Amino acid sequence: MTKVMYASITKKIVMSLMGLFLITFLVVHLSLNLLILFDKSLLKFNQAAHFMATNPVIQLFQWVLFLGFVIHIILGVVLQIQNWMARPIRYERKGSSELSYFSKFMIHTGAIVLIFLVIHFANFFIKAKTGHIDEITYDQGTYENMGQLVVTLFKDGWYVAFYVVALLLLGFHLEHGFQSAFQSLGLNHTKYTPVIKAFGTVFTIVLTLGFIAIPLVIYFS
Amino acid sequence: MDLTLKIWRQASANDKGRFVSYKVNNVSADSSFLEMLDVLNEDLVIKGEDPVAFDHDCREGICGACSLYINGRPHGPDRGITTCQMHMRHFKDGETITIEPWRAKPFPVIKDLMVDRSAFDKIIQAGGFISVRTGGVPDANAIPIPKRDADLAMDAAACIGCGACVAACKNASAMLFVAAKVSQFALLPQGRVEAKERVQKMVAKMDELGFGNCTNTYACEAECPKEISVANIARMNREFLVAKVAAPKDK
Amino acid sequence: MGKLDSKIPQGPLAEKWSYYKSHQNLVNPANKRRMDIIVVGTGLAGAAAAASFGELGFNVKVFGIHDSPRRAHSIAAQGGINAAKNYPNDGDSIYRLFYDTIKGGDYRAREANVYRLAEVSNDIIDQCVAQGVPFAREYGGLLDNRSFGGAQVSRTFYARGQTGQQLLLGAYSALSKEIGKGTVKMYPRSDMMDLVVVDGHARGIIARNIITGKLERHAAHAVVLATGGYGNVFFLSTNAMTSNGSAVWKVYKKGAFFGNPCFTQIHPTCIPVAGDYQSKLTLMSESLRNDGRIWVPKYAEDAEKIRKGQLKPTDLGEDRRDYYLERRYPAFGNLVPRDVASRAAKERCDAGFGVGNTGLAVYLDFADAIKRLGKHVIEARYGNLFQMYEKIVDDNPYETPMMIYPAVHYTMGGIWVDYELQSTIPGLFVAGEANFSDHGANRLGASALMQGLSDGYFVLPYTIQNYLAGHIHEPHFKTDLPEFEQAEMNVRETIHRLLSVKGTKTVDTFHRKLGHIMWDYVGMARNKEGLQKAIPMLRQLREEFWKDVKIPGTNEMVNTELEKALRVADFLELGELMARDALHREESCGGHFREEYQTPDGEALRDDANFAYVAAWEYQGENAEPLMHKEPLAFEYIEVKQRNYK
Repeated sequence: MTKVMYASITKKIVMSLMGLFLITFLVVHLSLNLLILFDKSLLKFNQAAHFMATNPVIQLFQWVLFLGFVIHIILGVVLQIQNWMARPIRYERKGSSELSYFSKFMIHTGAIVLIFLVIHFANFFIKAKTGHIDEITYDQGTYENMGQLVVTLFKDGWYVAFYVVALLLLGFHLEHGFQSAFQSLGLNHTKYTPVIKAFGTVFTIVLTLGFIAIPLVIYFS
Repeated sequence: MDLTLKIWRQASANDKGRFVSYKVNNVSADSSFLEMLDVLNEDLVIKGEDPVAFDHDCREGICGACSLYINGRPHGPDRGITTCQMHMRHFKDGETITIEPWRAKPFPVIKDLMVDRSAFDKIIQAGGFISVRTGGVPDANAIPIPKRDADLAMDAAACIGCGACVAACKNASAMLFVAAKVSQFALLPQGRVEAKERVQKMVAKMDELGFGNCTNTYACEAECPKEISVANIARMNREFLVAKVAAPKDK
Repeated sequence: MGKLDSKIPQGPLAEKWSYYKSHQNLVNPANKRRMDIIVVGTGLAGAAAAASFGELGFNVKVFGIHDSPRRAHSIAAQGGINAAKNYPNDGDSIYRLFYDTIKGGDYRAREANVYRLAEVSNDIIDQCVAQGVPFAREYGGLLDNRSFGGAQVSRTFYARGQTGQQLLLGAYSALSKEIGKGTVKMYPRSDMMDLVVVDGHARGIIARNIITGKLERHAAHAVVLATGGYGNVFFLSTNAMTSNGSAVWKVYKKGAFFGNPCFTQIHPTCIPVAGDYQSKLTLMSESLRNDGRIWVPKYAEDAEKIRKGQLKPTDLGEDRRDYYLERRYPAFGNLVPRDVASRAAKERCDAGFGVGNTGLAVYLDFADAIKRLGKHVIEARYGNLFQMYEKIVDDNPYETPMMIYPAVHYTMGGIWVDYELQSTIPGLFVAGEANFSDHGANRLGASALMQGLSDGYFVLPYTIQNYLAGHIHEPHFKTDLPEFEQAEMNVRETIHRLLSVKGTKTVDTFHRKLGHIMWDYVGMARNKEGLQKAIPMLRQLREEFWKDVKIPGTNEMVNTELEKALRVADFLELGELMARDALHREESCGGHFREEYQTPDGEALRDDANFAYVAAWEYQGENAEPLMHKEPLAFEYIEVKQRNYK
């Protein structure tokens, strides 16, 4: 029965569930990031960062999230390898019949986003955990000045460029991934699928622009 | 019109294979693609050369025997038809046409453009049927079936098993083929009886044979000569999920 | 003549089949496991029979020339399948279906067989629905019926325009179920080369593996042929490219009688031939004649100009058109039966009024219907057909009239079989289009699918047991018997002979020539003079073939030219038998029209006093004239009448 346990469709279903889960994380992440733009003193952002770093429920969830990433990535790689193996001899004239354009590049966009993620992790998460962050004192208390760290990095043109490109690729990844997840879960309906697809596109654009806007605003202000 | 054909030639399954270019002249725009190949083959035979092998039979788009990956597209540039239904008026005078066999690990080349699609038969043998014997069945009108369901089942059942979905898919996935059969039976009360076992067995066989995974690119739907919808794939995913979740523990 | 025993069971017509079933011999389950059956062909009849044998517990081996059993040409049938269900409550019954079939066949079929066909027709529909065949339904969820030619009731079940496909896929799924279980073993891409007869009984076949060229011997307790019709003897037909008459021809040469070989159905509404490169003809549904008007130019000069492209059909006013069907058959008009419509088109074209670049086409015009009903109605009724026509011809049938011409479609003739579907070789059963049995001289629309499935699901599984019950003591046969040896050697020799001709002309060249001879002299309208001319022409062509055919490559590879050559070699012989049969039958009936035998109005004139029999031909050796046996046809339950469509 193990064969069916790990059937192609099982993998796809888990993949899509993880993907949708990671999308919810992106929403939380973006709403926290936006605090930088709306509070010049960085107090709100630093407070939020502190909350995220100390709240026990969030701490636990952090590991769930990490696991989600790992599963999504491992399954993505396994599926891709199987897919390559299914066509050992390639076509001379490459076809392009796909109706969902970005579906062709999921592994590529995914891989670059993964690289970005590692660097991103080193820049923020690991620094925060290893205590190399300056502190800042407000009336409301003293916090690690995560906000300043972000602002400093976003003053670096190369970093901003890399960030923007990586986020755009994440957008491409989501443009296909969002509606694709519903299809994998078997949720295809003549009435609702067009709505899901349209929502997915709008959502992806808003999310991507939201993330990209932050470094651009900081860099150019 | 005059054309250059760049055709995959492979003497047998074990041969390495290569592209060979042929010139065909005075092709009638009204002839079909396969008739154009017939003309080439007659020339080759007269010259004492080995004609190009390709599968074909009914030449009216229903048997599913013909294949051919033409200029990067299964069944050529027109939509909703098979290679045998495509006419040469879709090509330009002087054009070079690249003709390749279906490419997928479970569809090995037998000779030239002829591939072995018995993997599809194996998937059907694993569960693509309703387990009734001849005779002893209820009256045909004993179970009314909503017209909408019957029509949807017919949409799925229109599959001709040509393999264009596998050929078009960047992952060489057979999901549309399998989903079409799973859907047809899942939509009919006669097929519901063993729907849970069927979807699991057919998917397991599909995986075992080495087809790729579905990444929802929908190239299959775009190239299917019978324009079978990817909604069937979603239905199969749903059937599979429900079957897995609901399945009792094996002894 | 004593040789032909049709083994019709006793009792009144309606009880014969029940009587047979309750008195026949059966094989018990333990013995079934020890018995082997070979089925050749995977169309409706073959797949249905093989699946049913497997379910019963026999060991079954199935052979098909395609890569998959699902590709057999039954798949191309469009219209539907008849059954006497009487769901629409319009007065149908088993007797009425039986009556219509006999009458449609112009009283040249056996009553008992046709009655059984009508009787089991209802079981077929039940069986197919249980298999998940998605027949068309009404909004209430029950099955829909439509009407078809030659019947006054709506008894045709259909699945869009793909009924044959859906029924075949149903039979294919049943077959796949048995293959999965291991009761049936499938040999795809396998060509039957010969029948092996041991002690007068069919005991096996020699098959050629199309991929490797290897000859294989297979033995069994009984052999079932379900290899379809031989319409491709005409080169151009609506049959699939690989449809062939070789299996039936091989068993004929081994002693099975050939019944009514000249009975060929020509379908009136096909897309005309466009050029020499053409490989096959495409059928357009007969239903088009419900709204289309058929015409040719009234004046030969106009026809000439149209052929040269100087004039368009829309340039001709009503006064310059000849609606010849409406003119000749005021009562039925454009809706005359297939054979009548086909012959009338040929008559006009032969007289020089044909259109299209070849002059072999007539117009099927929808302008009036579009004016009367609106384009949207025509589109709803025939949209997919119009689209198909446009794809092939690149002409818009909403604006310019369609061009159509008759084409060979179905062969009613085939191996002679008795009530049990057994040929004159014991142990050799023949089913579907390959046998001669149920359609007489003309087949009604939607009856081919019915016959294939009836033979496969509901007749053979019974009758074959009656035969096998007498052979339960025979062990699995060995294939090293001298008869197998000999048969294989003969095949090897034929292949060797073909490959060593090394001539100058391709197989298709000969096939095309054969087609022309057959079409011109043994086609829609035949006469004594032409038939007498055709026989020596065919002999000469055969000689030329064996001297000048060119086949590259060897036997030990995928060699499509060799496959074609083997088939054409048989067609060249079969064509002669067809001509011979057509020559001897000095009457016109159904699809067989002898110009000498017609009424003053040009209608088919049957001669029931002299020709109410099945002509069963017995092979007498190469270049010897075959011997004809007669099976008289007695009509006890039907009054024989002349057809009239005026």
